[in-house]
Amino acid sequence: MSYDKKRAQDYAAQHNLPEFEGVYAKSPQLANTNQKYHRKLIPSLEEAIKASGLKDGDTVSFHHAFREGDKVVMQVMKTIAEMGFKNLTIAPSSLLNCHDGLLEYIRSGVITKIFTSGLRGELGEAISNGVMDTPVQIHSHGGRVHLLQTGELSIDVAFLGVASADEFGNANGSHGALSCGSLGYAKVDAQFARYVVVLTQELIDYPNYPTSLSQDQVDAVVTVDEVGDPSLISVGAARLTKNPRDLMLARIAASVIENSGFFKSNFSLQTGSGGAATATTIFLGEKMVEKNIKASFALGGITGPIVDLLNKGMIEAIADVQSFDTVAAHSLRDNTAHTEISANEYANATSKGAFVDRVDVVLLSALEVDTDFNVNVLTGSDGIMRGASGGHCDVAAAANLTVIVTPLLRARMPCIVDSVNTVVTPGQTIDVVVTDHGIAVNPNNPDLEKRLRDAKLPVTTIEELRDLAIARAGKPDPIAYTDKVVAVVRYRDGSVMDVVRQVTP
Amino acid sequence: MKLRRSMMFIPGSNAGMLSNSYIYKPDSVMFDLEDAVSLTEKDTARHLVFNTLQTNLYDGIETVVRINGVDTPFWEDDLDMAVRGGVQIVRLPKTESVDDVKEIEQRIEKIEKDCGRKAGDTKIMAAIESACGVVNSVAIARSTPRMVAIALAGFDYLVDMQTSRSAGSEPELFYARAAVLHAARAAKIDAFDVAYGDVNDDAGFLREVEIAKNLGYNGKSLIHPRQIDLLHKAYAPAQKDIDHARQVLQAAKEAQEKGLGVVSLNGKMIDPPVIHEAQRVILLAENA
Repeated sequence: MSYDKKRAQDYAAQHNLPEFEGVYAKSPQLANTNQKYHRKLIPSLEEAIKASGLKDGDTVSFHHAFREGDKVVMQVMKTIAEMGFKNLTIAPSSLLNCHDGLLEYIRSGVITKIFTSGLRGELGEAISNGVMDTPVQIHSHGGRVHLLQTGELSIDVAFLGVASADEFGNANGSHGALSCGSLGYAKVDAQFARYVVVLTQELIDYPNYPTSLSQDQVDAVVTVDEVGDPSLISVGAARLTKNPRDLMLARIAASVIENSGFFKSNFSLQTGSGGAATATTIFLGEKMVEKNIKASFALGGITGPIVDLLNKGMIEAIADVQSFDTVAAHSLRDNTAHTEISANEYANATSKGAFVDRVDVVLLSALEVDTDFNVNVLTGSDGIMRGASGGHCDVAAAANLTVIVTPLLRARMPCIVDSVNTVVTPGQTIDVVVTDHGIAVNPNNPDLEKRLRDAKLPVTTIEELRDLAIARAGKPDPIAYTDKVVAVVRYRDGSVMDVVRQVTP
Repeated sequence: MKLRRSMMFIPGSNAGMLSNSYIYKPDSVMFDLEDAVSLTEKDTARHLVFNTLQTNLYDGIETVVRINGVDTPFWEDDLDMAVRGGVQIVRLPKTESVDDVKEIEQRIEKIEKDCGRKAGDTKIMAAIESACGVVNSVAIARSTPRMVAIALAGFDYLVDMQTSRSAGSEPELFYARAAVLHAARAAKIDAFDVAYGDVNDDAGFLREVEIAKNLGYNGKSLIHPRQIDLLHKAYAPAQKDIDHARQVLQAAKEAQEKGLGVVSLNGKMIDPPVIHEAQRVILLAENA
């Protein structure tokens, strides 16, 4: 019996189903071989922006895997500004010193709203001084995914720089000359954005793999002269720091972890970047080798010393949302026990399963800690934004042991204070503060305090540390603020934790 | 008994270092007014060090001020500041003879009297930095009851000897190390080995620590806080030595309680030097 087209049409009409209109009706790209293969490859950034349908008032997003080596944000914003767009929201996963040039686009009205994890440099200073009418939304790495899930942050076009991509959009950060490692933050943008543009210097023959960003998420691929400079990624000392104070803090922090009750086989850890954190990783690693205590996994921003422990067999696996140096980036490329995770898998409070939920020990830094153990990692002692929320509050909330490492004083400014300028991470989630003048344990954790005292570690109280800081440095004058809110600190669940006000000019 | 393993140098003109170096807890800290301070900064350094001495930052750490040599126009003002400032020890650089010591001793006596400080309260440490100083080190070490330690300083000494630093067992310092240490021990005072200049070479530093420790030096002069921990760890006694020291002290205690004159442990006599050594081992262990 021949095909009775009318029967199908009638049924479709009766049941309000789509009628068959030809093989290529809904996939016209297949009608033309050139289109089928090459349709996503767009010759210029400007044409990709046009193709994206971007309009005034839209939201564009970026990731910060290249950190200070990022070349995408400025390049894209320059093109967008030249094309005459106004009133845009930008949603980079974080902003660094290399993004100071955005100030020009804020002043000219191209950018009127920002979602970011961090603000630094001239940009942070200008925003703290009130250059924007709309407050910046400061979110954590996990909190950004939450805002995407709720729809408060809705990305129209994501511009995602990658180390390598094929013409169909399969892309990763680990392979190729520009290897930056994990694209953990970009992965959620690729998932949530309405239109996804991949920017690459290196176009690979199809299929490019592994795929951090997959062809079914990517709308356009553009080759550009510069995506990023991986040599500027490194934020932590790859080798052991020479700074004696960092070394001292690291030794104490490693001893705190060793004696915390959590240092046992199959424990898990996150140690982050920076001189003291890297040194702590090395010292803790020595203790792990000495006592043959192996960790089940290491999490977070990953550095060379963590990779070293993986290679020594002292850590079973690495879950990497961001690679902090080339050693980590290359390990992600070469070692199957080193895996890339998205920001949702890393730290989102409303994820179906975040790695932070299962981490035992985390080491974090602070600009200030107050006597309620609240932590500020955003505003400096002058009230200017010069830091980032990062994964700080995410992992502090979930980890079994949260260790903050900070000197008592930075230059002449106390870091242990009565009340922090800005609360990013609530004190309830902090267990212990390690300083160069002693250790303070949160009174909500008396067992930990006892264990550390039994180990003869220099345990004191947070109040004594505050008093000592004031005795050494004097009490700083309070920062003068206006009533204008320049940034809103969002907790990982989207709630408002604090606001940052304009510093009085 | 006072441990003198680490004597950390801090340039007297560096306010930042003066205000925070106590956190590294060296056994002794040496505020330098001499080589680390340029000619135009001598006054600044003197004032900064005086004010540092008035704080409680270095409580529990022995304070030393290195004054400028007696052949400079600075040493008398330096001494005045240091003694009035309450420093525990004055370090005299480039000590060549007993006369050098006597000159500053007389001056210290006068300042102590003028400012009401107890006579003899200010101690002296002589730095030996020349061939002449090395051959006179016995007399220098015994020159005054104020002398609590002597320190060998390698840089000027090797220039004087027309040689330079080598690696390995450092034969160029062998005689001086042995001579200065013998002078100290003959005078029953402490001895510091030379500073190690390459702060990035931990292995070289530790090799030198081993030489000094095995010879019998109390410790070393240090030019970077990073070296303190390395040094203290290297001077930490082995567990078997700690265990033995504890047994010695326990046996001595029991003997004393029983009123026994003669003490023995496992059939071996324990005399006062053995007890003293056991106390030193425990002190080192507790402060490692």
